[in-house]
Parts: sequence; structure tokens; C-alpha cells
Amino acid sequence: MTRATFFGWGRTTPSVASVANPDSDEAVREQLATGMPLIARGLGRSYGDAAQLSGGLVLSNLGLNAMGAIDEHGVLRVGAGVSIDQILQTSIPQGWFIPVTPGTRQVTVGGAIAADVHGKNHHRDGSFCQHVLTMRLVTPSGAVDVSPTSDAPLFWASAGGMGLTGVVTSATIQMARLETDKVLVDTERFADLDGVMAAMRERDHLYKYSVAWVDCMTRGAHMGRAILTRGNHATASDLEQVTLKAPKPAKLFVPFDAPSGLLNPLSVRAFNELWYRSAPKRQLNEPQELPTFFHPLDGVRDWNRLYGKRGFVQYQFCVPEDAHETIVEAISRLSSSGVASFLAVLKRFGPADPGPLSFPMPGWTLALDLPVGPRALPQVLDDLDDLVLNARGRVYFAKDARLAPEKVRAMYPRLDEFLEVKNRVDPHHQMSSDLARRLQLLGN
Amino acid sequence: MENAFGQPQNVVVLGGSSDIARAITRKLCAARTHTVVLAGRNQVLLDAAAAEAQEYGATKTDTVVFDANDVTNAKRTVSEAFEKVGDQVDLVVVAIGLLGDQLEMENDTDAVTSMVMVNFAWPVVALAEVRRRLVAQGSGRILVISSVASVRVRRSMYLYSGTKAGLDRLCDGLAESLRGTGVSLQLLRPGVVRSRMTEGQEQKVPFTTGVNEVAENVMRGLASGDRVIWSPPALRYVFGVLRHLPSPQWRRVMDR
Repeated sequence: MTRATFFGWGRTTPSVASVANPDSDEAVREQLATGMPLIARGLGRSYGDAAQLSGGLVLSNLGLNAMGAIDEHGVLRVGAGVSIDQILQTSIPQGWFIPVTPGTRQVTVGGAIAADVHGKNHHRDGSFCQHVLTMRLVTPSGAVDVSPTSDAPLFWASAGGMGLTGVVTSATIQMARLETDKVLVDTERFADLDGVMAAMRERDHLYKYSVAWVDCMTRGAHMGRAILTRGNHATASDLEQVTLKAPKPAKLFVPFDAPSGLLNPLSVRAFNELWYRSAPKRQLNEPQELPTFFHPLDGVRDWNRLYGKRGFVQYQFCVPEDAHETIVEAISRLSSSGVASFLAVLKRFGPADPGPLSFPMPGWTLALDLPVGPRALPQVLDDLDDLVLNARGRVYFAKDARLAPEKVRAMYPRLDEFLEVKNRVDPHHQMSSDLARRLQLLGN
Repeated sequence: MENAFGQPQNVVVLGGSSDIARAITRKLCAARTHTVVLAGRNQVLLDAAAAEAQEYGATKTDTVVFDANDVTNAKRTVSEAFEKVGDQVDLVVVAIGLLGDQLEMENDTDAVTSMVMVNFAWPVVALAEVRRRLVAQGSGRILVISSVASVRVRRSMYLYSGTKAGLDRLCDGLAESLRGTGVSLQLLRPGVVRSRMTEGQEQKVPFTTGVNEVAENVMRGLASGDRVIWSPPALRYVFGVLRHLPSPQWRRVMDR
């Protein structure tokens, strides 16, 4: 069997595993029948070690690429290896949009289910799996079509279950109506963190989409200065000319690994300054293209190479509504720690879905990109974990590459509920991953 | 599994009771290491090192006793250590070495044999078994403790310096051979370190450090993934110059 090296989007912790490229449920079953430890992998956009399994079998879902037609109710059946980009290429011209999209279109439906991804509309529409009607799941004990009504525990254990209940081979998704390919965006600049958080608390409900970019390197009075962008889909009556154009592929790319240290406190601070200055103080109802608003980073292919060969970690946590002090404290610690952190993303979460390992909870979430290198970084993040735990929050598995296993249970108190379902469909724990091993998700 | 900062969870240390190895083990356990198997010559010293590892956060420790003068036990020692870990091994530290007194040893063939065995032959044979096991795993790291003395062999300590040079150069090739396997090998080249091994030696050598500083540089090196970890880091530049000095100048500076 061919072997290949896998790593996450953060390009840390590579590991080698055998590879299989099944193109049908039957082929997935055959791979499971080998008895080898196994994990499915999509486009490799999880940041850490979620979609790799050293010494085991990594099953690419990209061959599961059947693309159905969208029916008149907006229901779409697709193979798990189809990406959100591929869906949007055909759905936008027909007037349908994906109900939830993360910051990149380059994730597969299988991956979106496994991480139960969220987007700028979480405060309104929840996470991805709340729009999944059914999924076809091939588990070590057989293939099943699961929906929230047919087998709620299995459906929700698989939503955010990091691929550990089985291999999703296809799913039906409830698409959302789209009248135009524009979003009307309100952009506001805030000189400090309190200002932006108050604005989000007070007026987020007026917008379908909302996200703030926070500068985590400025100390003092302007700590946590931010740019808040919020928007709603433009309706046909909002625009003079209505178009429904599919997103274009990226034109720019990073041709080689940048030297480690290119992104250092000095360069990141300069970038953050430039970016803050270049945003308008206040601009209302600006029509933006869908890709510009939802997937700005998709404009540059392989942007993760900018972090050099040492790679980077993304740290994303969420805390309940009442723990807004935790966000302030986290940003204060980061800005005074001297570790370079690129623009952080701050967002409010709405109600959680029933997934026992699903990440979002009602409240706040903050995500940061941090280059590996600074001596203090591991400890800074370990301390942030404690801060988050104290606020009854958690960190996001799909981004993680460094959490300590002993903190997992406190962050995900429903882990046993998940394991109960897993033991039913995968009693020998054949489905595993480097992440599951590192975090001891399946026991020691 | 190791994390994004190269911090391992399951560790095997060959030569686990040496002062440098213990300092590294302490730092590893304070980070993410929970399982440590220490192999070495002396059970009492190993037990002390294991107890210390637990103090610093390890939850499972075990020991393996072996004699590095006998290469025939290298494979067995490595196998036993891996089996005692009972899981994937994330990091193997090779910390075996003898310094010895050059003047006493150079006319004593038994002593010379011992230097070759302990500093070169045993580690090389052990590394073959470590390599085989880690490659099958598809992940893992090897840290071999070499020495700056290996960069250019000195007259006054050619047995130590030369055997370390052999190991160091061999490991460079071994590291290349690991590309694409998910396994990597890093060399640690410390300068003079205050430890039991160097007790009673000349103490005024520049760039002398304590063991904790070495361990700190190891932690940084694990995060960066650099092939060679220098301790202190400045030695990289110092030896970048020294290794190219013409012999008369080299003698005057290093081999007085």
C-alpha cells in the first residue's frame, strides 16, 4: 500500500500512514475490513493532527465526489468529498447558498460535518450540522443512513465527532435561498475592545453575518482595537443589477516556504497597523462579492507557507456569554506576552447544537494564528487553557495541535456520552487519529 | 503523540541516568511527557531518575538495565524499552557516552575498546533498532547527544572527540535517510556542561553551561526542528569559524 506524509494546515507534527482513495461506500467498507486503524481525510484544512493517523490508514474522501441536483426545496445530496467551493460553483448560479461556510471554501462536506464547522452566521443559524438532513455513515459495524430523527445519538455524535464514529460518505444538505451574489456590508472601526464587544452585543441580531477582526498586539488604551464587519445578503430590490456569479479560483499563490521568522512581532505589528488604518471608520451598505466577504484568504493559495517550515498553531476557544472578561483578559495577556499573533477573529456564538463534541456554545469565540517559535508560546497557551476552563469554555479540536489531554474532559464534559455511541458502532476503536491519541479522547 | 511544539508524550531515554538526560527528562515531563522509560547501567541511579521524572509530572515510568560495552544487548534493550512504553514512542533520547581521561586510556587497548563501544558502536546498533521501530510507526523523533567536540577532533581528547565525531557524522546521514518517513533525527551539540561527567575538569572553558540550560535549548530545538541543536546557540557560529582554522592556529587555540 502507498504511504504518504500528512500534516494539518498549520504544517506541524507530520506523520506517515498508508493511503486509500475509495470511490464508493463498498470501497470504504473494504478498507474498514482490513482492520487497520483508520481516519478519513478531506482537503486537510484542520490545523492540527485531526486528519492523520501515523502508522494507520488515511482514507481520502475526495473520490466520494458525486454531486446531486438541488431540488425545488433546496435539498442537495452530495458525496462527502465534495468541497463547499464545488457546491457553490453550481449552486450560486441557481440561486442557492451554502447555509454555513467557514472562512475557506476549501473544505469537504465530510470535514465540515466532522468538525461541525461554523461561520459568520452562527449567532443566527448555528453550525453546519444543523443544516444537514441526513448523512451516510460507514462504520466498522456497518453502513447506515443517519438523521436527527432516525438515530439522534449517532447523528449528533458524528457532528463534531472528528471522524471518530465512522466515515461519512455522503450527506443531504438544506441549502439557503440566494437572490443575488452580493452582501451589503457595514464596516465599523473601534479604538478598543470594549467598544467593539458592546456593539456586537447590542446590534449583532440585526445582521445575518457578523465578525470582528481584533488587533492582539497593541497594548494600553487601544488594546483590542478592532474592525467589525456585518452584513446581510442583498436582495434583488437592493441592487440595480442582479447577478449570480460563481466564485473564481485563487489567482495568487505562495510558491515556496517563507523563512521561519518572517512573521515576527515586528512584521505582524506593522501589518496589523496597516490593516487597521486602511479600514474605513464607518461605512454602511457597501455591496461586497460573496468570496470577498466570506473567504478572503481563499484569494491566496497555500498561504500557510508564509509561516515557514516551523509552521503555526491556531488557537480558538469559546466561552459562555457571561465570560466576556475572559476575552478581555486573553487579549490583554497576548498583547503583553510579545508573541506575534496575527489579526484575531472575534465572534458571538448563538445556541449550541446537540453534538456532545460540537465546539460552539452560546457566548464568545476568539481565534488566533500564532507562528511556532517564541520560547514563551507553549506556556502562554497552556495558561490561556486554564483561563478558558475557569470560564467553563473550551478550545476547538479542529484547530488544536497542543492541548494537554488532562484538560479535555473538563472542556468537553459530554465526552462519555460520545464514547457510548462510539462503542456501539466502533467497539474496537478502529476509527482513530493522531489527535484522538494525543488528547486521549478514546481513553488511555 | 507529540504536539505542535515538538513536546512528546511517550519517551525512551537510552542513558537515562546521566545528568544531561535527567535535565532533559525533567523539562519534557514538565511539558507533555507522561510515560518515560529510562535505560542505563545502574538500577539505583535509574530509579532516582525515574522518581524525579514522576515528581515533574510523569504518570508512568519504568527502567531497563544494560551495559553499553556489549553491543549484542542493544537490540534487546531498545525492544524492552519500547515494550515497556506500551504505546507509540514519540521521542528516543540517545544519551550514552564516556568521557574518560585521554592520558590514562590511550595506551590501554581495553579502555580504547570501551570508548569505541560506548560512544559509537552501542548507540549505532541501538539506533538501527530505534529507526526500524519508529519508521514502522510512521512518526517519532530521535535526539542524539553528540558534542561540539565532535566538530573537530582535538589531540588532547581524540578518543572522546573522535568517537563522538563518528556518531555525529553517521547520524547526519541517518537523519537524511529518514526523510519522508515521518521520523526525524536531531543532534544535540553541547559545549562543556557542568555535570558528573566533567567533574574535576578544567572549569574555565568559555561557553560552559549547566544542564538546565542545555535542556532548555533542547526544548527550543524540538519546537524548531533544526537538524543540529547547539547549546549554547552561539557555539554554532564559534565552531563555524574554529572548524576552518588552519592547523597551527587550531593547535594554539584548542590543543594547548
